[in-house]
Amino acid sequence: MTTPLLSIRDLRVRIGDREVLQGINLDVPAGQVHAIMGPNGSGKSSLSHVLAGKPGYTVTGGSVLFKGQDLLALPAEERAREGMFLGFQYPVEIPGVNNAYLLRAALNAARRHRSEPEVDAFDFLALVKSRMQLMRMDESFLSRGVNEGFSGGEKKRNEILQMLVLEPSLAVLDETDSGLDIDALKVVAAGIQTLRAPDRAIVLVTHYQRLLDHVAPDQVHVLARGRIIKSGGPELALELERRGYDWLLDDAA
Amino acid sequence: MSTQDPSLDALLARGYQHGFVTDIESDTVAPGLDRDTVRFISAKKGEPQFLLDWRLQALDRWYEMKEPHWAKLQYKPIDYQDISYYSAPKAKTDGPKSLADVDPKLLATYEKLGVPLHERARLAGVAVDAVFDSVSVATTFKDRLSAAGVIFCPFSEAVHNHPELIERWLGTVVPYGDNYYAALNSAVFTDGSFVYIPKGVRCPMELSTYFRINAAKTGQFERTLIVADEGSHVSYLEGCTAPMRDENQLHAAVVELLALDDAQIKYSTVQNWYPGDENGVGGIYNFVTKRGECRGRNSRISWTQVETGSAITWKYPSCVLRGENSVGEFYSVAVTANYQQADTGTKMIHIGANTRSTIVSKGISAGHAQNTYRGQVSVMPGAHGARNFTQCDSLLLGGQCGAHTVPYIEVKNPQATVEHEASTSRISEEQLFYCLQRGLSQEDAINLIVGGFCKTVFRELPMEFAVEAQNLLAVSLEGAVG
Repeated sequence: MTTPLLSIRDLRVRIGDREVLQGINLDVPAGQVHAIMGPNGSGKSSLSHVLAGKPGYTVTGGSVLFKGQDLLALPAEERAREGMFLGFQYPVEIPGVNNAYLLRAALNAARRHRSEPEVDAFDFLALVKSRMQLMRMDESFLSRGVNEGFSGGEKKRNEILQMLVLEPSLAVLDETDSGLDIDALKVVAAGIQTLRAPDRAIVLVTHYQRLLDHVAPDQVHVLARGRIIKSGGPELALELERRGYDWLLDDAA
Repeated sequence: MSTQDPSLDALLARGYQHGFVTDIESDTVAPGLDRDTVRFISAKKGEPQFLLDWRLQALDRWYEMKEPHWAKLQYKPIDYQDISYYSAPKAKTDGPKSLADVDPKLLATYEKLGVPLHERARLAGVAVDAVFDSVSVATTFKDRLSAAGVIFCPFSEAVHNHPELIERWLGTVVPYGDNYYAALNSAVFTDGSFVYIPKGVRCPMELSTYFRINAAKTGQFERTLIVADEGSHVSYLEGCTAPMRDENQLHAAVVELLALDDAQIKYSTVQNWYPGDENGVGGIYNFVTKRGECRGRNSRISWTQVETGSAITWKYPSCVLRGENSVGEFYSVAVTANYQQADTGTKMIHIGANTRSTIVSKGISAGHAQNTYRGQVSVMPGAHGARNFTQCDSLLLGGQCGAHTVPYIEVKNPQATVEHEASTSRISEEQLFYCLQRGLSQEDAINLIVGGFCKTVFRELPMEFAVEAQNLLAVSLEGAVG
């Protein structure tokens, strides 16, 4: 068996005095989609943030290997350049900075990291426009400020657009489906499906089955009280949809 | 008062009683300021009597005035008698002999700013015989301007070639008794720029101090006068993004703009004087009076400034909106880092009916810097239908800096509309992390966010200047957030 793209071993994390992750074990092989589900406050977002290197979390134990290297040893920007993408649950607004500018800077940062030439304005525009078509976004979007005045749905589409342009090897999407209407959900799901490839992995952090109807996961994990308490196939998500989390929490307690 | 003065000739013949280390042939006066100092400067420049009289009146007024201390600035007292008020341009043998002798830090900054190689030498004060390209560029430039009837020359040249224009307009916007520093400047100014745009002429190019050759050292008391006659347009660029070498600590410039009926003046400044080192040692004190008067109907004056330099900045480019329907604008980015202090803003004085003004101020503080926006909007009784919109935003980088907003609003006409919006924010961790997560370096992320914050001002700058300003911002904030 080959090394998984992402391998988390006994990961323990604190915010202040509170232990938010209490020994996470998770392997995500290349080519797979894993869903992480769980009740509010179970540590789902913490896990996403820690993987991306957000400040404010203290790792007290365990390890994370990404493409065989120690992910936790890298600063946030290097994780990104190595191909680790976080789709934010609440994408922040950056007034006055246009979307195209940030996206091109991001793409070129990754390309420089791989010792590839920077993409010129012409090729960049062609690339981003083709992805925007896929995401059914209007071209005026490129000159708007990053997430500035965007609706919740537009922000989420923007996250997926960025992902499609950057083509990361690991995408962790933190509740990308929340706040989307049915049509937007389909568009976002189609975008995620586009990224599926044998050399890439996707981790979907979600509350609901409905995204998984469109993006079928290979594995489903239930995160509760900072631990993965159950893992299974796609049928686990359906069962959770039917029965909720309580039966699992009772078992785990 | 001037009647008691001996004539210029007699004065010159008499020699100098106190203060001067050398005679009229010399190039520098000893420190100190009195009537003789003023006469010396005026004589050195071969000025007509009216100008000498004006200078002396200014000096008398200055003696009666007190240095203002209302600004939120702290600095050691300035000893005005310990400053030398005249120094002829330095000989070419002064200064570094070649770029190899120039402070490598300065060169590294030029590199980052993208200053062309041949320009680096000039800016660093390297003794060069000719200013390379600039000479030929400037010549073509002069031809085009004179064909259009535009006068653009050093102030001292204008005093000789167009004394009637100087006598008519000098001090009509900023009178010599306007304030302490303006009075000082009026008494001892050494040089600066003069611009006259004739009726109906749209100046064929942007006027930049950069091209004003033979004015490399205008000294610490610069005087600029721009007159836009009826229906004319001009855009003027002052300063340069590259740091200038300068040994003088105190700078007190005066800029007067005058727009007659239907005239438009756009005045853009990039100021990047030495701000002192990272411990707050050294640096320029910059006390500037800039004022524009929209004297004519439908006239328009627009100030755009990007201020990143100087240890102390005291500066309020203002508009007096006298003409009906006249428009005043002020767009400003003021960056303070390390121990810099800036107290800057604008005044919009609405006198005429239907006058309009817009103020957009962006203050950025980092390190231990203090950044104050001080603005005044006055609507006089006759200014029916006057409108003002003010937006001032402050951005803090780090926890030890300060941002302050001090708006004065005075409305004496019930039909006027005055709006004021203000915000203070820290550069947000969320924004930074978002950019890092997309692969940008910390430094690029900060520049991106700060650039976005300043965008509404930068887009008012002439195109090339805007790009330079963005780079300048990056250099100024280097290492601002650890």
